[in-house]
Amino acid sequence: MPQPIASQEMSEDTRYTSREMEINLGPHHPSTHGVFRAIVHLDGETVLKAVPYLGYLHRGYEKTCENKHYHQIIPLAERCDYMGASSNSLCLCLTVEKMFDLVIPERAQVIRVMMAELSRIFSHLFWLGTHGHDVGAMTPLFYMLREREEIMDLFELTAGGRLMPNYLRIGGVARDLEEGFLDKLRKFTDHFDGKVDEYETLLTKNPIYMDRTKGVGFLSLQDCIAYGITGPMIRASGLQWDIRKTEPYSGYEDYDFNVPVEDGCDVYARYLVRVAEMRESNKILKQTLNRLVEGPIRTKAPGVTYPPQEEIFTKMEGLIHHFMLVLEGEKVPVGDYYACIESPRGEMGCYIISDGTGKPYRLKWRAPAFVNLQSLGKMSEGCLFGDLIAILSSVDIVLAEVDR
Amino acid sequence: MMTQQEIADQLSARFGDDIRFSTFRDQMSAYINKEKLLEVCAFLKYEPTLQFDMLSFVAGVDGLPRKPRFEMVYQLYSTTHIHRFRLKTLVEEEADGWGEIESVTPLWITADWHERETAEMYGIRFLNHPDPRTLLLPEEWTVHPLRKDFPLRGTEQDTPDLPHVVK
Repeated sequence: MPQPIASQEMSEDTRYTSREMEINLGPHHPSTHGVFRAIVHLDGETVLKAVPYLGYLHRGYEKTCENKHYHQIIPLAERCDYMGASSNSLCLCLTVEKMFDLVIPERAQVIRVMMAELSRIFSHLFWLGTHGHDVGAMTPLFYMLREREEIMDLFELTAGGRLMPNYLRIGGVARDLEEGFLDKLRKFTDHFDGKVDEYETLLTKNPIYMDRTKGVGFLSLQDCIAYGITGPMIRASGLQWDIRKTEPYSGYEDYDFNVPVEDGCDVYARYLVRVAEMRESNKILKQTLNRLVEGPIRTKAPGVTYPPQEEIFTKMEGLIHHFMLVLEGEKVPVGDYYACIESPRGEMGCYIISDGTGKPYRLKWRAPAFVNLQSLGKMSEGCLFGDLIAILSSVDIVLAEVDR
Repeated sequence: MMTQQEIADQLSARFGDDIRFSTFRDQMSAYINKEKLLEVCAFLKYEPTLQFDMLSFVAGVDGLPRKPRFEMVYQLYSTTHIHRFRLKTLVEEEADGWGEIESVTPLWITADWHERETAEMYGIRFLNHPDPRTLLLPEEWTVHPLRKDFPLRGTEQDTPDLPHVVK
């Protein structure tokens, strides 16, 4: 029995007071971006408390990883955050490579940056579209899907998969870039900045959009740090922190790009940061085109990385290395390591404890959306129910990653 | 920014022989006693030269058949000094099959969900946790799937497919 909030003794005004109401949001609701469920306590239209209930998409990712060879984890990892698939595999590969102390060839590094930045744009595009949809702007989604399709075509061309390319390997990438990829990418980077301008005309100065998002979902920098918030969300609260700059990996230190930062601490600031990030990613993509050198696409390390295809067919050693790797996996030295990257959602980390066998003894996945979502309760205290949807979408959750 | 060794030196200067260190590649981990956990964490967080204000994650590890059985891992980051460090502590299995350790939520709120996840996955109780409900698993499951002695496919009795009606 819900308790009335206001005292019952206020006889005349009683009919105007509201009772606390519990509303179930999700798990099958389009605005929850998957299977997120929250029990929302409402007083009229004001949110008193929003309590998230997770686990509807829990697949036991970490347990499965402990029973797989390192290379077999790559497709699994991409299914964690399917919006930024290549970031996931990059994170896993980096961790294993650090444990082996491998050096990655220049060409592979550049291709990896290419894939990571493409998936960042890919993820932000879809976020922007669905976020617009959540606050009532139906148009943006169709524009975003148009450019997102181009990126999917690029993924398909070079790796086969459209959503989850499964293209990175420990020590490099699976195969060299397909013919025509670079021309298509160049074409994309040339016109993408103009497209971002187009998106901005739809939302940035749109009074309805600004009304719905400005001052909504306030989260101070202090709270951000306390809640472990990373990525665009903390940058929208005024901290200029990007792991690509502070702890560069994959040669990011050689690229020239800015880290967009806003101090609005609200949904609108998060929007601005993500839009600016798309421009910066495009800037990086343009630079990768000039930095791409000829050379090997995978480190040669027998027992760690797969030998090239032709070596398997023509050389005895190649065949043996391939055979042993498939059968037993790479034996990572005993130890533990934590590597993290800047994924579209924030600090994505992989912590591996190895016992010297071909499978990780323990693999902990630090999923940025999981951590960022924790702040939902804090941000939504006292907001309107409609704003809760805007706040939830500003976190940019991917439920597959939250539940793992 | 401090190197891993400098952070380790600070810790041993303050806590002496209570702390052991292990190094792998360019990362170090500190092993501490479970009783000292909150004290060491508070030192790491508030010491001006360290200022580990952000907790990246909390993870449990099942070391079966080693004793003590469990290990807790705390990965720390400082947004002011831009350095990372890892803290580990061993947790033994109590008579009732659970591990027991203090929660670090008073220091880092972000530990809340990480600890809830660890609690259900490994069967480790977090003392003084503000909200000790299950997070990802159904409430009626009494098993701890990430333990090493738990079968990969689960069992029909312990992990039934069809969800119960949740209130």
